Parts: sequence; structure tokens; C-alpha cells
Amino acid sequence: MTSPGTVVPDPNPLRDDQDRRLPQIAGPCGMVIFGVTGDLSRKKLMPAIYDLANRGLLPPGFSLVGFARRDWAHQDFASIVHDAVKEYARTEYRDEVWNQLAEGFRFVPGDFADDVAFDQLRTTIEDLDRERGTAGNHAFYLSVPPKFFPDVIGQLKEHGLADGQHGSWRRVVVEKPFGHDLKSAQELNAIVSQVFAPESVFRIDHYLGKETVQNILALRFANQLFEPVWNSHYVDHVQITMAEDIGIGGRAGYYDGIGAARDVIQNHLLQLMALIAMEEPTSFDAHNLRTEKQKILRSVKLPDDLDLHTSRGQYVAGWAGGEKVKGFTDEDDIPKSSTTETFAAIALEIDTRRWAGVPFYLRHGKRLGRRVTEVAVVFKRAPHLPFTQTATEELGHNALVIRVQPDEGVTVRFGSKVPGTAMELRDVNMDFAYGGAFVESSPEAYERLILDVLLGEPPLFPQHEEVELSWRILDPILEHWESVGKKPDPYSAGTWGPTSADEMLARQGRNWRRP
Amino acid sequence: MALEMTGTNASKIAAALLEARRQAGSPSMGMVMTLVVVTDEGDHYDSLRAARAVSREHPSRILGVIRRSGRGAANLDAEIKIGDGGSGEQVLLRMTGELTKHPESVVLPLLLPDSPVVVWWPGKAPDDPARDALGALAQRRITDMAAISRGRAHALLQQALNYEPGNTDLTWTRLTPWRALLAAALDQYPAKVTGGEVAAEGSNPSADLLAAWLCDRLGVDIERTRSKGPGITSVRLATGGGDIEISRPDGVLARFSIPNAPERPVALKRRLTAELLAEDMRRLDPDDIYADTVKRLCRLAGRRPPNIEETLSTKQDPPQSRRTPRDTAKTGKPAKIAAKTAGPRKSATKAAKKGTKKTGTPTAAHSRTRTSTTKKAARKSTRKSTR
Repeated sequence: MTSPGTVVPDPNPLRDDQDRRLPQIAGPCGMVIFGVTGDLSRKKLMPAIYDLANRGLLPPGFSLVGFARRDWAHQDFASIVHDAVKEYARTEYRDEVWNQLAEGFRFVPGDFADDVAFDQLRTTIEDLDRERGTAGNHAFYLSVPPKFFPDVIGQLKEHGLADGQHGSWRRVVVEKPFGHDLKSAQELNAIVSQVFAPESVFRIDHYLGKETVQNILALRFANQLFEPVWNSHYVDHVQITMAEDIGIGGRAGYYDGIGAARDVIQNHLLQLMALIAMEEPTSFDAHNLRTEKQKILRSVKLPDDLDLHTSRGQYVAGWAGGEKVKGFTDEDDIPKSSTTETFAAIALEIDTRRWAGVPFYLRHGKRLGRRVTEVAVVFKRAPHLPFTQTATEELGHNALVIRVQPDEGVTVRFGSKVPGTAMELRDVNMDFAYGGAFVESSPEAYERLILDVLLGEPPLFPQHEEVELSWRILDPILEHWESVGKKPDPYSAGTWGPTSADEMLARQGRNWRRP
Repeated sequence: MALEMTGTNASKIAAALLEARRQAGSPSMGMVMTLVVVTDEGDHYDSLRAARAVSREHPSRILGVIRRSGRGAANLDAEIKIGDGGSGEQVLLRMTGELTKHPESVVLPLLLPDSPVVVWWPGKAPDDPARDALGALAQRRITDMAAISRGRAHALLQQALNYEPGNTDLTWTRLTPWRALLAAALDQYPAKVTGGEVAAEGSNPSADLLAAWLCDRLGVDIERTRSKGPGITSVRLATGGGDIEISRPDGVLARFSIPNAPERPVALKRRLTAELLAEDMRRLDPDDIYADTVKRLCRLAGRRPPNIEETLSTKQDPPQSRRTPRDTAKTGKPAKIAAKTAGPRKSATKAAKKGTKKTGTPTAAHSRTRTSTTKKAARKSTRKSTR
């Protein structure tokens, strides 16, 4: 290639904005995964890369380098990927796709402190540029605990891996958590930003895969129906729930000391809240979208009495979905005395004209009733009901529910007459489901995220300002919990959380939806 | 759930569908479009199976239309299927006798309200799908010129000459991975292309379209050469610095090579019908690039291309309004929209007639049928509106 980066690209005559069948295929590039032996890498990343290849979305010559402390040869690595793909890939397994990919697999054994290994990594990458035409474009995926970030990033810089030559790019992908409080997030950012420019840092938040975000944007800004009522005149409150039916599984080492609020509320739920609450961006490009989200995060106000308006819980042994399960403190590698919360609920307000006086309730927990993520916008009751008291007894609030997973869609809840001679009203649901597409053939979150990294399209990835703003919201709550030093309220596994969460809403005359 | 109905009619079928939904306990409809599959006894199993697979991505009501012998008394049999590997409803309609000439009378009342209609001919298709009685009901008309056994190239040209916005052909859809890869090649090696070649087995309409597309986009001559297949075997684009070449000798794995870079393998599988159909149904607005390509195809064949420029102007109108004058009469908004829809059509006919003088081709016959269908539709609409 005649140094492709320096060529000012003429518009490609084969591309046309009108030609919407043509998928965007990333330019020549490769990816390096650190921590390739981890769960995430095997269950999500490798299958996603295969699925992308299967859909024809990876560039010809795409290469994958694994880096881990294992005594493997390239073939061993390939066979690990092969097994992962066979087991977890969502698209059909095809030999020719596999062969195309497998030619670009390399493995570099080593420690993060090992200079020799990083030298070898550089040689490997340079070889790939020659043999596979990856043209110096490489993404480094840090699928490792945050405590290793400084080492890895330092090594990348030291061995000249962080800077692309001749206009080629180097990008770094980091997984949440982005720190465990504001201070650590800033430190982490300082380390990363010393080496990589902000637009080269991709913070992956897979719950905010493009599909979900775009669906929310479409629902809010493509319709005339909802926007007029999307404010404090009509909205009573908003509930954002992310519930998991599983326990902490094999994540004990990571989870203990982190807890539900840091693990999920800080990133996923606050991001969802920002998307639901933000004003219409002037366009959907990265900058404008981010500006609007940041405005919301900046205007968040915490409740005055954190005791009354937050709740934290910890699951105890019980029956969940027909199975007997352990309590949190009985899980392997969790100390009996652990005060880490597995359930957290907080109430926030947004100080803007649109949302004044509308509480946003955010909750997340493990071992809850079922696995579900949803945003419910609950409307005020009609100001006047020209019915008898008995007719409207069963009538609740209207609600618009955006179901994020597992059954992606929208539900509208409203009152209707019960068939019969008597006038009696009851709440009914109107459901819309986004086809089976979300389980069958449309790209999974990781596929879209990886593709965006390779294409260099960051609009949906939070940047460090958003991360820091989110910590600014959460830090006072975490500090308060710590200063009180109370053990989290127990809740039986398989239920919807501790009673303190119910009381928290009941004080304001509301109650949680059962999602 | 499956249900067979004999000697029935559209309203009984609609009632049965509603009843079935009620019995399933969830009377709401998540279906977003109607897919009409015009098929025959031999082929309906496969094509409806493909349609059901697609309905997972595009939940739809699938209406299979089988026109049997035109002799004997008019009769309609229906097979209703709900669930069973699809999302939505499926009705297989078997028509006999005089009814075979009026399939739209059964299909029209069964279309989902206010949502798009797609008609797909998995096998033999009318030469002018937009003027077909069923085709006229749809925003999107999908044909497949590779599915017919003889004279594919001619059939494709025929479709090209009769192109109307909303027509597409699966031979075009089959090209998407090739086109994506070629576009990616020029992304990677942005050089001026000076010539090219598409090699494929003898009768491969996709290859003809690919050559036409490349010729249209790159403004150079593209040679169409023959190989043993399967399908398209290679595409070569010549540039000053060397050739860009994608070759796929076995129909599965391709070699991708651009100047100054190592040759690389790329999986380039021939896709299943369901995948093709799903791609086509993802966007229901007219495919402008396909329009440009068929125009080019006509010119390359030395024929006058369809007059798309003018018909394209109707694109701004909502699809329903440009469909037929019938609709406008029904909604009682005649003057403005009717004039708009009539405008391009008239001129299209004129152009077609002009074209016939030079070439003396089947277009003449088509322009005649065109006017007659329009008239027929107009007659029908008056009948309906007076009722």
C-alpha cells in the first residue's frame, strides 16, 4: 500500500449516501486483546468478532492478537477462540469464515511487566502489517481489571505501540468500571489520556449498545406523540430499573467492596437517565449528544436526606425461580462480614424547567425476581375523573415503559373500560415488540461496539467528563453510606429487594412497578 | 395453530384471523407490514418458509397466493397458520376458476391497515410488476430473475425497461456483499479505476447488474466475461498502480487483493433467500442506486432506459398516494395528487411510445397495458366511491 494514511481520500465512487444496502466495513485493522483468557473475552468478544466476520463487516485481513500469561503457541490460542466461537457465537458456524479469521490469529505470551513480551507484541503487530495488510491500525482492548491499566498503558507507550505511524490509528478500549470514585476515575483518566488522545479512548458500556440508545432517541425525537407530555406537567416520576436474577457468580473478587451502586448505577442507569431526560440535541453527532447528556448530569440534585431517599440491600439465602440459592455472604470468596450492597436504589431530581419536581428513581440489584432492564415514565393521574369513586378504584397511573432487555420494546399502560354493563375502569397494556430481530439476527451490543471502535465512531461511548460527572452524583451517596456504617438491609433472594426500598417510595406516596 | 377453510372469502378469512388472535390470548398485533408471496403449488413450501423466517425480523402478515387452473367454477381455499417458526400470521390462498384473474380482490381486504405492502414473486414474475394487479397494491415489488430457468438475461432487461420506483430484484440484493467488498477495496486503495472485468457463469443476471453498476459508478467500460461459475467468480478493477481483484472460484471463499498489500482470504458466501428478502425489506423506499444501475443496463444493451427521472419526483409523496388514482378518488382528495401521479405516468407512456418507434420492442405493448390498467383502476374507483 502506498502509505494509505497520507493519501487524501477522494470520495469513493462506489459509495453513495443513497446506497443504504452497503454496510460500512472498517478499514484495514487489527485488534489486540489483553486478558484474553477471561470470561468476557471468551463469552463476548471472540464470538462477537466471529459474528462480525460472518456478517462480512470486518475488513479483509483483520487480525486478532491475544496477550496473556499463558504458555501458548498461536495454534493453542486459535483453538481456544474456536471453542469460544462454537459455543457462544450467535450466527451459524462456517468453516470458510473461520479459516479467513484464523489466518490472522497470533498469540503473545507474557506478563504486563514483561518488556520482552511487549517487544514481541510490537514485532507481531509489525509482521501483521506486512503479512495481513493491517496498515498499522490497531485497537487495544483492555479486558483486564483496572488495577492493571497503568501497567499495560505504560508499556504500550514505552514500546512505541501507542502511536500510529503515517496517519494510521491506535485506539484503546476500556471496560467499566471506570474507577471506583471520582478521584480514582480522574487518576485513571490521567493515565490513559497521557498516552491516548480523548477521541482514541473508547469506554465500553455494553448495556448502552447502539440499538437501545437509538431506540430511545427514535421514540423521543421522531414522534410528535410523546414530546408534548415529556415534562413535569404530565410526568409524575420516572423509574429506571435494572434487575438481575443471577447472583455474583464468579465475580466475587471484583464485586466485594464495589457493590451495586458503583457496578451499575454509576454507569448504565445514569446514562439511561440522561438519555430519557435530555433536551433534543441539535444533531445526533457525538459532540451534540454528549453536550445534552452532560447538561442533565450537571443539573442532577441529590435529595437532602440521603437516609430517607436511598436504600441498599444484600441478598440472603432463599428460593429464586424454583431453585435454592445461597446468600451473598455465603458465596465463595465473600467474607461473612461483607457490607457490600447487592441492591441499591436512589432518588434523584433534575433541576431544569422540564423536570422540576419530578423524581427519578434508579434501582439495581442481583438475585431479584427476574432479569429485566426498563425505563418507566409514569404519568400523573387525570386531574378530574368524571366517574364514580368505585369505577376508578382499580385505575392506576398511565405509564410509558421502554423495555431495554430482554424483551426489547415499548409498553403503554392506560385505563380502559372493563367489558360489561357496569362502568368500571382498569389498567391495560399496549405492547410493541421489536420483532425477533433482537434475538435472531441483528448485531449484539458487543458487535456494534467493536465495529464502532474499528470504524472510529465514538458517539455512544461516554467520555471522561460524563464518567466524572456521574461520580460526582454518586460519591456523596457512597460517602454517606460509608459514614453511617450500617449493614445493608437483607432481602430474600428471588424477591424485589429490601423493604427499605419500598418504604423509600411509599414516603412519597408512590410504589415501585413490578417490572 | 393451523386452520383450513374451503370455499371461503376474504371476510371469513379476516374473521378467522381475528378469532385466532383472540384465542391465543393476545389480541394485539405487532405486525408491521404485509408480505404477499405470489407462488405456485410446486414452490410454495420453500418460499413461505423463507417468508416466515423473514417475519422474525419484520413481523408481518404473509399472504401466499397460488393461482391454480383458470377453468371451472371460481373458488377460494385458505390455509391459516399462526406461530410455527414465524412471527405474525400466514394465510395461503388457493384460487381457481375466474378468480385467478382477480387475486387482488382477495388480497386487498386482507392487507394490514395503514402499513406497507411488499409483493414478492419467488419464481416467474410479471414483465411489468408495477402494473400487475397485485404489484399495484405494493410499495415494494420484489422479483427474482435468477429463479427463472431460461432467458434470464432477457428477463432482467425486461424488468429494467419496466422499472418503476419500488421495484427491486433479488439478483441485485445478491450483490451486496460483492459491492461492499469492492467499495472497501477502493476505501483502502483510493485510485482512479481505468477499466475492469466481471467474470461469471454464462447466464448470471447478477453479474450483468454488477458490471452495469461498476460502469455507472466508475464511468469506465467493464468487460463481462464468462467462466464456469458458480455464480460470479471474479471482479477485477484496473488502476494505474495495478489491479484490484476479488476472486471466488468455489462460491465460498474469496481472495481479496489490492496493489501493494498481501492477498487475503474473505468469506463471501452465497446467501439464503430468507437473508436476501430480509435485506430487501429493511428499506421500503425506492432503491435509487438500483434505478441508476438498471438505467445503465438498458443503455448498455442499446435500449432506451425507463424514464425514471420524472417518476422519481413522485418519491416525495407518501407511498399510498402515488400508488393508484384509485386511492385518491377514495379519499376524496382528487385534484392535486391525482395530477401529480398522472403527470409522470403520462409522460412515461409518451416516452415509451417514442422509444418504440426507434426500436419496435415490447415496450409498446406495455404502454398500452399501462393506460388500460389506469383506466380500469379509475373505473373501479368510481364504482367504489359511488357505493
